[in-house]
Amino acid sequence: MTTTTLAVLVPLLPFLGAVTGLLLGRTAPGFVRPLAVLPTLAALALACTVAVDQGGGRAIETHTELTPTGSVPIELALYIDGFAALVAVLVAFVATCVQIYSTGYLRDDPRYPSYAALVSLFTSAMLLVVYSGDLIVLLVGWEVMGICSYFLVGHYWETPEARAASIKAFLVTKLGDVPFLIGLFALATDAGSFRVTTVLSTVAHGGLHHPALVGLLLLCGVAGKSAQFPLHTWLPDAMAGPTPVSALIHAATMVAAGVYFVARLLPVFEASAAVMVVLAVMGAVTMVGSGLAALAQDDIKRVLAYSTIGQLGYMTGALAVGDRGAAVFHLLSHGAFKALLFLAAGVVIHAAGTNSLAVMSRTSGLRDRVPDAYWTMTVALLALAAIPPFSGFFSKESVLGAAEHATTGHAEHVPGSAGWIVLVAGLVTALLTAAYATRLWLLAFRGQGAEAPDHGRQPLSMTVVLWVLAVPSLAFGGFAYRSLPGWFDGRALAPTLTTSVLGTGLALIGGLLIYGAWLRTRTAAARVPLGAVAAHPEGDAALVEAEAIAAHAPAFGDVAYAPDPADPGRALLGPLHRHAAEGFHLDALYDVLFVRPVLAAASLVRFLDREVVDTYVRGAGALPRLLGAAVRRAQTGNVQTYVSALLAGTVVLAVAVLLVATGA
Amino acid sequence: MHLADPAVLSALLFCTGLYGVLARRNAILVLMSVELMLNAVNLNLVAFDVWLSKAARDTLHSGQALTLFTIAIAAAEIGIGLAIVLAVHRNRGTADIDRLRDTAEGHEDGTAGTPTDAAADEKAEATA
Repeated sequence: MTTTTLAVLVPLLPFLGAVTGLLLGRTAPGFVRPLAVLPTLAALALACTVAVDQGGGRAIETHTELTPTGSVPIELALYIDGFAALVAVLVAFVATCVQIYSTGYLRDDPRYPSYAALVSLFTSAMLLVVYSGDLIVLLVGWEVMGICSYFLVGHYWETPEARAASIKAFLVTKLGDVPFLIGLFALATDAGSFRVTTVLSTVAHGGLHHPALVGLLLLCGVAGKSAQFPLHTWLPDAMAGPTPVSALIHAATMVAAGVYFVARLLPVFEASAAVMVVLAVMGAVTMVGSGLAALAQDDIKRVLAYSTIGQLGYMTGALAVGDRGAAVFHLLSHGAFKALLFLAAGVVIHAAGTNSLAVMSRTSGLRDRVPDAYWTMTVALLALAAIPPFSGFFSKESVLGAAEHATTGHAEHVPGSAGWIVLVAGLVTALLTAAYATRLWLLAFRGQGAEAPDHGRQPLSMTVVLWVLAVPSLAFGGFAYRSLPGWFDGRALAPTLTTSVLGTGLALIGGLLIYGAWLRTRTAAARVPLGAVAAHPEGDAALVEAEAIAAHAPAFGDVAYAPDPADPGRALLGPLHRHAAEGFHLDALYDVLFVRPVLAAASLVRFLDREVVDTYVRGAGALPRLLGAAVRRAQTGNVQTYVSALLAGTVVLAVAVLLVATGA
Repeated sequence: MHLADPAVLSALLFCTGLYGVLARRNAILVLMSVELMLNAVNLNLVAFDVWLSKAARDTLHSGQALTLFTIAIAAAEIGIGLAIVLAVHRNRGTADIDRLRDTAEGHEDGTAGTPTDAAADEKAEATA
């Protein structure tokens, strides 16, 4: 088979797996697990083959037009360069891990068949986005991911949090997708084609008439999908979904799509300096804000969610300084360690019976209950905090190095201000990232108090996946940073001395600050008992998690916040803590700015429809109704009356005819 | 015989039948009156047929043929009509047209109200 055929099979196999899974889910439950895992595994093998064939050389291109559409042609096109090949490997790898993990995590879940099929569909849609060389086909995958995320985030639809979160995720991403669609049309009108290659060559020849407008419109969609400020609010709430889904959404699919899209079409954005500055500001605000918010979250998964937003901010920042190699490098290494963090967090939540860090900090011995999760999570947190030699260090340093390169004004198309914004925000965020990673680790695994309950060993399918993911988290960055430039634009990704020292130093400072605060506050933990664990700790992991999410708000008054005076994050943030826990009240602001006006407008429309329009309709109906009432009186039910009326009518007609006939 | 004699007779017969249809309360008598009206028409048909054939305008005697049709149809009609009246009488215990007012506007008690109505009717008949 040619490489092209293999590449077509990569998104197709998970799609077929999803369709068969949905069809056979009820009738043949025995096939559900193989149907979930095997197509994704095969897609991983094929994606690896495609990547080896492509080898960072010339992009594989092919296209076919199914039918003429009359205007700008829409083609089924493949465009696989080094970025696409590697990102596809990451997507298939993480999806395979998630599918294997899910067989253990949702082993008693009655809705597992549809869940697994939707995860396959999600994977297939992301692979389509990655390989597609046509923007409309890319958009199809983009939107399929949106609807899949809606279903998967709402998997525990018995809980109101999950229902609200799924609708919010869908609406917020759609809010970005509308300008995105308009932006695509504007781009294609200028370029005369939806093909990526044609668009890029048009941009290279300066054929783009409104680069700033197109860039900003496309950025809306990217911000929605990749959870960048100001459209990031859906992501922390999406934690109401099952943990493997969070891992999938955060590591490989959905949020990666936005960054990947910008990386693929970076010249379009570079055509306007204003867009690059907007991108830089967006990334910077996202990074710093999410770092602060992550420090204040009580739900272990919400900490990780904000950390995802922050790491995506790094990628956006790298794109804003025009280095898509660094962005995709960070995307790849982040994909590995963030998937690991989420999957390990799922194990921890199952073992602890709660998702609250405050409760975990009052439980001792959790690390002995789940040693696999403890060790792998330590690796992943070190990678997240960018401590050398873990893989996060190299990718993050490549971003900071690119930003530093841009500050000096040497980078083409990139204003120096964008470089400064990204560099400063990136360094501040390095400190914050290390701080919240340390806080998470200390609270989860160094708690003191009652012994953690023993629910037996975790399923093998869950723990093995953790170790598999730990390998790239540990070593990917160190081994890849020399060879990756050959796959990407050729720009060096090696860490530079200045940023390495600055970044690592700040990370160490952040970690030590939290450690010092924790040493001071840990004694307070014993004085303030807190606790709420799931009702059925012996159930399967998915059940425990659903119950933990449902129990958090009643126990602590909020899904994100716990009144824990022993929290080192609280000591560090001071008065900012309360606001950071609420995500700086952005949700409340959106509620005032958008939700309430929309609801008010809806009730106005309802009033107009019910009271104004309907009044006219009822008024128009009143006269016929009156006439009808009069005629109804004639319906006496007496047949002879009817016949009399008939006779009278006949006589009248006959007389009339006679009169007319005689001419009287 | 002049054409006016059968015509007047048929008009009288028709009026008698019409009065019966409009005024009688018993359904069987109403049916009989309908027969009267039909036969008045038959008489007219035959009389005019003869008059027209005398004038040699119609030599096919279509009037008489039509009369045979009418008689056959009237036989079928009275058969069905009497069967209906019999069924109604068995069902309701009465063949009084004034009481058969189920199609009246405002007669809402369709199935639920019928037994009580029938019972009330039977009671009224018993007392009367």
